[in-house]
Amino acid sequence: MTRNELLDLYFMDARSKLIDIAAFLDRIDRGKGEADFRLAAFRKALDELSAGEPIRARGVLLSLSDPTTEPIEKSPGKGAVGAWPGKES
Amino acid sequence: MRYIEPHGHMVSRVTDDYQAMVIAGCQAVCEPAFWAGFDRSGVQGFHDYFCQLTDYEPKRAAKFGLPHFSWLCINPKESEDMKLAEEVLSIIPEFLSRPNVLGIGEIGLNKNTRNEVKILERHVDLAARHGQLILVHTPHLEDKLKGTRLILDVIKGDRRIDPGRVIIDHVEEHTVEMVLDTGMWAGMTLYPESKCTPARAIDILENFGAERIWMNSACDWGVSVPLAVPKTAVEMKKRGWIEEHTDAVIYGNPYRFMAQNPRFRL
Repeated sequence: MTRNELLDLYFMDARSKLIDIAAFLDRIDRGKGEADFRLAAFRKALDELSAGEPIRARGVLLSLSDPTTEPIEKSPGKGAVGAWPGKES
Repeated sequence: MRYIEPHGHMVSRVTDDYQAMVIAGCQAVCEPAFWAGFDRSGVQGFHDYFCQLTDYEPKRAAKFGLPHFSWLCINPKESEDMKLAEEVLSIIPEFLSRPNVLGIGEIGLNKNTRNEVKILERHVDLAARHGQLILVHTPHLEDKLKGTRLILDVIKGDRRIDPGRVIIDHVEEHTVEMVLDTGMWAGMTLYPESKCTPARAIDILENFGAERIWMNSACDWGVSVPLAVPKTAVEMKKRGWIEEHTDAVIYGNPYRFMAQNPRFRL
């Protein structure tokens, strides 16, 4: 497909999601108290959008992933939160 | 349109979902064993669940004219309890001869713990000893990258396992390539909030090829869309995919993988 055909198909959806992200960050700024590791991870992942190659989705996913390679001793729970808290957590 | 739902937790769905799937062109539904949303209190709970997957649910699906197949295991969310997991592993063989059972799944990892890895190895051994296909769940969100690597290491480490008889499900942009490079199949799960959207799934097909990939809704008791596969097929049409190529992904690929078990015939 041409770039303009893809814009026709996805621009409004992407525009909506972009504004949602901006509003989300504004909302967090207006909130009270300290933000946990997820906000820093989110901001770091946003940097991946500036990549000059079409590997941005992969970059965002890698940025939010646990980069370690060894199994952990015990499960901290069943769920995942969407960002890696780091070894110290 | 015709399609196969290769990963749907139908025990969590209502009859309207069955009806909608059939109307949309679903030709078969395949149901891996799953976490109930709470931990079962003992092995008897799994015995009853396996009876549900191999007896009652196929009958419910048949009322809508839909062939139903299943996969058996203790899911990784409950395999941290080694004693329970060993007990469940011990009862799986008695169900493997049931006519709708396709293999062992969805096994895998959840939080990437040592106990989860041990139980994954035990499931892979069970599949090897009984000549079963394998369907693998990869962890959620931040745990997926590491978990996928660990899972691939376990499976590649067992030389009895033919990679072409294994599907690694829930791949995303950061894991699909490493899976396909092993010769295993890859599954993409279409979820509204996590895993893949239809647009991203089509991107992955266009970037990595459609030879050994299937798509599923993994519809369960959480936020999920039973018609995610046919809805993605509609989007594929918008993206310029011809019907023959879409059919190969949503019908041909799951058929080719699962027909490695002679019980899977439509």
